[in-house]
Amino acid sequence: MEKSVVFNNRLLPYLLLVPQLIITFVFFYWPASQAVWQSFLREDAFGLHSEFVALENYQSLFADPSYYKAMLVTVVFSSLVAALSLSIALLFATQADKNLKAAGAYKTLMIWPYAVAPAVAGVLWIFMFHPTLGTLARPLRWMNFDWNPLLNGNHAMALVVMAAVWKQISYNFLFFLAGLQSIPKSVLEAGAIDGAGPVRRFWTITFPLLSPTTFFLLVVNVVYVFFDTFGIIDAVTGGGPAGATTTMVYKVFADGRLGGDLGGSAAQSVILMIIVIALTAVQFKYIERKVQY
Amino acid sequence: MALRQFGAAAAVTVALALATPAHAVTEIQWWHAMTGGNNDIVNKLAEEFNASQSDYKVVPTFKGSYADTMNAGIAAFRAGSAPHIMQVFEVGTATMMSATGAIKPVYQLMKDAGEPFDPKAYLPTITGYYSTSKGDMLSFPFNSSSMVMWINKDELKKAGVAEIPKTWPDVFAAAKKLKAAGHETCGFSNAWATWAHIEQFSAWHNVPIGTKANGLDGFDTVLTFNSPLHVKHLQNLIDLQKDKTYDYSGRENKSEARFASGECAIFLTSSGYYATAKSTAKFDFTSAPMPYYPDVAGAPQNSIIGGASLWVMGGKKPDEYKGVAKFFTFLSDTNRQAKLHQESGYLPITKAAYEKTKADGFYQKNPVPETPLKELTNKEPTENSRGLRFGNMVQMRDIWAEQIEAALAGQKTAQQALDDAVAKGNAMLRTFEKTAK
Repeated sequence: MEKSVVFNNRLLPYLLLVPQLIITFVFFYWPASQAVWQSFLREDAFGLHSEFVALENYQSLFADPSYYKAMLVTVVFSSLVAALSLSIALLFATQADKNLKAAGAYKTLMIWPYAVAPAVAGVLWIFMFHPTLGTLARPLRWMNFDWNPLLNGNHAMALVVMAAVWKQISYNFLFFLAGLQSIPKSVLEAGAIDGAGPVRRFWTITFPLLSPTTFFLLVVNVVYVFFDTFGIIDAVTGGGPAGATTTMVYKVFADGRLGGDLGGSAAQSVILMIIVIALTAVQFKYIERKVQY
Repeated sequence: MALRQFGAAAAVTVALALATPAHAVTEIQWWHAMTGGNNDIVNKLAEEFNASQSDYKVVPTFKGSYADTMNAGIAAFRAGSAPHIMQVFEVGTATMMSATGAIKPVYQLMKDAGEPFDPKAYLPTITGYYSTSKGDMLSFPFNSSSMVMWINKDELKKAGVAEIPKTWPDVFAAAKKLKAAGHETCGFSNAWATWAHIEQFSAWHNVPIGTKANGLDGFDTVLTFNSPLHVKHLQNLIDLQKDKTYDYSGRENKSEARFASGECAIFLTSSGYYATAKSTAKFDFTSAPMPYYPDVAGAPQNSIIGGASLWVMGGKKPDEYKGVAKFFTFLSDTNRQAKLHQESGYLPITKAAYEKTKADGFYQKNPVPETPLKELTNKEPTENSRGLRFGNMVQMRDIWAEQIEAALAGQKTAQQALDDAVAKGNAMLRTFEKTAK
């Protein structure tokens, strides 16, 4: 009864998979395996001599209190950035989804910051919030608020969180807006007829129907905070003051690039890789259950 | 691979054929980290050299901060495309020195190229930093500087500070007066936090930063800068930070603008800031020697150099090395060195250039460029003030600065912070010792 086409050629499916497999191997598995290999070596910056040291890099890493501090900073930083950028973007998207006069212009402007490179975004925020030169730091000082991200770790953290959130809102906005527009109007109208107010309609209809988008963005945002934010951190605080904004990925960069400790840095990236894989797996296993496709 | 090489070769050939139809010019890549007024000086030097002969063309490329430039060079070396000349700041010296094979020592380069080269013509306080213990010069000193105290004379006068402060207690007193006179956010400050308060501070007071002559005599050095004097100084800074009589300005020199803008009237930073100060400070300014604690016997001793030197990378063609050697001879020229020194505030690297500047009566009219020279030659250098050479120094500074920041923010006591900085630094030194065999 069911009409199905069967390809008898056994080689064909594999052949069709080959390009994808090659790309995955060359760009993902190969570099990842290199990092794993390098984490077992001790090498000088120029790569002139290297020595196999087995797990020594990992041992010294876990004996270093600053590594645990970086983990804590990462947890604080990533939850703040992911939560803020998702919720603010959702708010903006729901507002932009209404029938507005200048909706087109509004939407375009919202998407702009995404085109700004992380380091440039960082520099923009420095100019606004530099304790002495910043245009926005001055009003803070008039209000007798001792704004000093150079020494106060919380201020520095606030600054990098703002820059990272600002940078990511556009991306989230775009996906939320698309998600909102694909929700059938008839469902919402039915809700309205049944007497549900806008807030109720949002939480009982829109938000659940948006859950595939939200879930996708959650995964993407977590990866973003883990890996793509070090440009901002480097430009704004350089990991300081006193390591208050040194996230795990920034530490990989600082130890490997500034410190020339490639083995230790590779060990950190392997750990980071494991954490992100675990985190994504958890998200898919537990949070995805609540997603309604 | 073969195809790619052919493609690259073909592209180069075509590019060369298009660019230089008649005469084959050897290009020499020079990566540097000079910003502001000093960037112009670099470009002008290259232009002058290129105009002076027709066989070689020096191409300067700005690669970002000192740390960025060094890392770009290292990454390029690993990828097989290192520049010919790379400017490396003084704290990268140990890393470069240990990279046998990646670099071409300057004394060797000059010998191979048959260029006239007398190491004795250079100022020993400068070349000592970049030479082996046998006295072989490994890199070519380019912009050497020392740390000086920049003074906004107008603001000091307004605040009623009659004399330029000489000692740390004088500076603290002056800063309090400045604060009372309206400099609420900054009595005094400094760039390069660790260079000022650990490295120069130690040499200037003739106390060691580490054993083995601060690492010059071997990689098995151990840090010792948690002495009572260091703790006392950091404690003073912590106390003054509370009401911003002292205000921290970060690890690098991004905040030098606080001096030029008039915000900080006393500001310690490199003597190489002269070119930028001249073009941006709209007030009467001068430089003075770094302050010291008068109760420390023998202080002030002598300061140590900072700045950067030019390293020649290994694995290049003999003809290219010849060009590099010629460029170094060009840079060593007495008149050019004297002019460079007078314009940029960096130190003259040859004795002849220093003598010439003196003989010309330049310092009578412009005392600013002589301040660092006076500091460097203040006394015969001791084990504690010849210089320093610690592996992984780039990151080491960050680790020290983290501790200073923690102390200034009130999270740690001065003693705790310096103890931690020493302990963490020593752990890094041991790792470096193992890799730099």
